[in-house]
Parts: sequence; structure tokens; C-alpha cells
Amino acid sequence: MNQKYLIPLTTVFLLFLVAYTGVEGAGLQWFFGIVFPYLAVFAFLAGFVIKVMGWASSAVPFRIPTTCGQQKSLPWIKQNCIDNPDTSTGVFIRMVLEIFLFRSLFRNTKAAFNRNVSNKLAYSWEIFLWLGALAFHYSFLVVLLRHFRFFTSPVPSCLKWLEYFDGIVQLGLPGLFVSGVVLLAATLFLLARRIFDTKVTYISQAADYFPLFLIIGIAATGIAMRYFTKVDIMGIKTLTMGLATFSPVIPEGVGGLFYAHVFMVSVLFAYFPASKLMHMGGIFLSPTRNMANNTRAKRHVNPWNYDVKTHTYAEYEDHFRDKMIEAGLPVDKKE
Amino acid sequence: MNKNLIIAGLAVFVIAVLSPFWFNLVTVTQAAPKPELLGKAKTEKKCVLDKYDMRANHMSLLDEWRVSVVRDADRMYTAANGHSFNMSLSTGENSCLGCHEDKEKFCDSCHTYASVSPYCWECHTNPKEIQ
Repeated sequence: MNQKYLIPLTTVFLLFLVAYTGVEGAGLQWFFGIVFPYLAVFAFLAGFVIKVMGWASSAVPFRIPTTCGQQKSLPWIKQNCIDNPDTSTGVFIRMVLEIFLFRSLFRNTKAAFNRNVSNKLAYSWEIFLWLGALAFHYSFLVVLLRHFRFFTSPVPSCLKWLEYFDGIVQLGLPGLFVSGVVLLAATLFLLARRIFDTKVTYISQAADYFPLFLIIGIAATGIAMRYFTKVDIMGIKTLTMGLATFSPVIPEGVGGLFYAHVFMVSVLFAYFPASKLMHMGGIFLSPTRNMANNTRAKRHVNPWNYDVKTHTYAEYEDHFRDKMIEAGLPVDKKE
Repeated sequence: MNKNLIIAGLAVFVIAVLSPFWFNLVTVTQAAPKPELLGKAKTEKKCVLDKYDMRANHMSLLDEWRVSVVRDADRMYTAANGHSFNMSLSTGENSCLGCHEDKEKFCDSCHTYASVSPYCWECHTNPKEIQ
């Protein structure tokens, strides 16, 4: 047991209980269903904009690309156009691959000692973090998009198609959505990795565990509502449509589990800009990824260079010529 | 990265996040349907479960019924209120649609509103549609 994950775990439990008991015991539906979600959306957007604008205004004076291939060089040396691009097209392709396929993570390696007599340190390819991350991010995206059915009426057909493909296994009633299962499994895998891989445990902080536990809590309450405890969807859609059209109403008969789910989602949104989850915006601004490696072809002048007062050798010699000749030192220009 | 480009990207993101709000402003929002009890259902006043349970749980009940009918050939369901029902969506007077006569108003109105497309009707048919 380790306080770095016990504290976030306890916090997520408390958040759940606060909303659950707040609704079931104190009847605070209006707070957890209306006030807090609005505040969370505001905090999310304001925090996100402030953070990105802060990044946008910070200087990037030098090209600092980290490259994984041959730089553009002599014509007979083959350049790696995507991993070491010198044009913005190459950079664009590199960014697209990075954002949609997590290409840097694909190259992830691990270091370990050989288990045989030689006991040498060896580096090997580690693909499971990349697989887990892809599964997690894409299933979360699908789950998020699917929830738009609660905020639109009539529901656009593209969302119906998404639901159709997500529910294509047609298991049970209500039909199983694959994305929900993948989301929960992937977050549990990412958590297990942090807990059981000692090297990862060592570098994991409470801020790494908290979003994981929160997302596990959100996925678990969502799955519980859809498949196990059941809720009145029509009542919930009345609430969510009310939120989207700025005329919120509290439906009757919707229990604490739903409000706990909404509260945890709101906490995730509000916490987002202050956390490591901002890599969502940050990935677009990675200076090692989004700059062309053309420092040899183009001169990049530091934008805040001031006029440095120089004293060249010619000026130096002009200044001291007489004394230099007198001392017998060689000079470029006599008189 | 170019600052204008960053601001443009940020604006697109903010608009995307606010989409639930503006989407309902630019499109005509359909109001929630009011569940209507018509015909026989209006006078009978008895159903397999009570109202809230029925709203939340009817799909699980139908799933149980399907297993019961297909695997065990047991077609009668005795509800908690003592009444017996035929475990069928559409066959006979004592089935779901036997009582709730109008599928469009009874099933589809809420399903469409909540974007639920149950695969019941891939095998079953609404008896009224045949006539």
C-alpha cells in the first residue's frame, strides 16, 4: 500500500459519496445536476484557454526537434521525410501520426537485466503501453461522442451510426456497447501497470493516479447504470436537454448514482486544465514535434536579440596599431 | 508555432466543446414525448411492473422473457400484482402490443427521443403493419 494511490482512491470514493449522499439524503439534485456541471464547463473552458494562451505567448527561440531519422543532407543521402522533416508538409504528417496514432509512444522501450548468467542490461521494445493508450483514448472518445445523444434532439444520424457500430455485437438488452467495456478494461490495465511495474510505481505521483481512478469511477458508474441498476433514460434526457437549452429541470425518480456519475464527470472537467490531462492541448504545441528541422538550410534569428556592441579584430587593430607596431607585433594593415 | 494558428485552433476547440449549447440553438429541438396510454391499456390499469420499474427495466424483462420462451418454453409470466401475462411482444390480446395497441406512440416515441434502436423488430413485427 502506497499513499500515492491511497489518497487519490479515497478522494474519488469521497467524491462519489458526497454526490450520492447529497442527492439521496439532502436532496441537493439542483446542485449536483445543474449548478456544478455549469461551473465545471466554465472552469474547463476558462482554464483551457488560459493555459494554452500562456503556452502560446512563451517564446520558442530555437528549433529543437528530436529526430528519429536522417536529416536532409547531400542529394545522395536519403532523407527520412516524416521523422526528420524539413518542410511543413512533413511536419504536418508527423503531427497527424503523433496525434492520432501516438507514434512516439510506439517507439517505447524498456530497460531490464537479462535473466541469464550474463546479467547484461538490455533494451527491448515495449508495445503494451501504446496498445493500452490507444484502446483507452479511442474508447473514451467514442463514449464521449455517444453521450451527445443526451444533448441533441432529434439525434443526428452520424451518432446513430456510431451507436450502431459500437453495439454491433448485439449482446443482451440493453445492447452491449463495446467502447464502454474497452474503456474500463484499458483504464484498469493502465492502473495495473502503475501499481505492479515497480519502475513505473516509483515515478507515479498522486496526480497520475487521481485521473485514472476518476475515469474508472465514471466508467464503472456509467456501466452500472446502463446494464445493472437501470435508470429512467427519459428522465435523464429531460435533465440534460434542460442543461443544453439553459432551462434546467430536475426529473423525478432519478437516483443518486446518476448524480454521482455527473458529479465525477464535472470534477474531471474542472480538474482537467490544472492537470497532466492538458496534454490534450499540449500535444499540438510540442516544440520537438511541430517544427521542421531546417536549421542548416535557414537562418533562424532569435527574435529578441538586441544590438550587441561588437568590437571586431579590424577595429581592434585600428585602435592599437601604433602600439602593436611599436611592440613588434604583426599587423594586417600597416598605416 | 504561429500564434495566430494556435488561437484559431483554440477557437475551434471552444466551439466544439460548446456544441451541445449552440446545436440546440441552430436546430429545432424536439420536445420530450409525453407517454400516452391508449385503447385497452388506458382502461386496464395493470402492467407487469410498476411505472418507474417498467420505464427503467422493461428491456431486461424482455430479455428474460426471450430466454424463458426460447430455452424453457415457458410462456406465462405472473407479475407481482398477481396478474398473468403472455410473454410475447406481439402475439395475442395478453401480450405487450395486445394491450398497448399503438407501437409508434408507445414504443417508438421514447426510443426515438433517446436514440435507442432495439433489435426486437429485426425478428418481430408489429401486427398492425401486416394488415
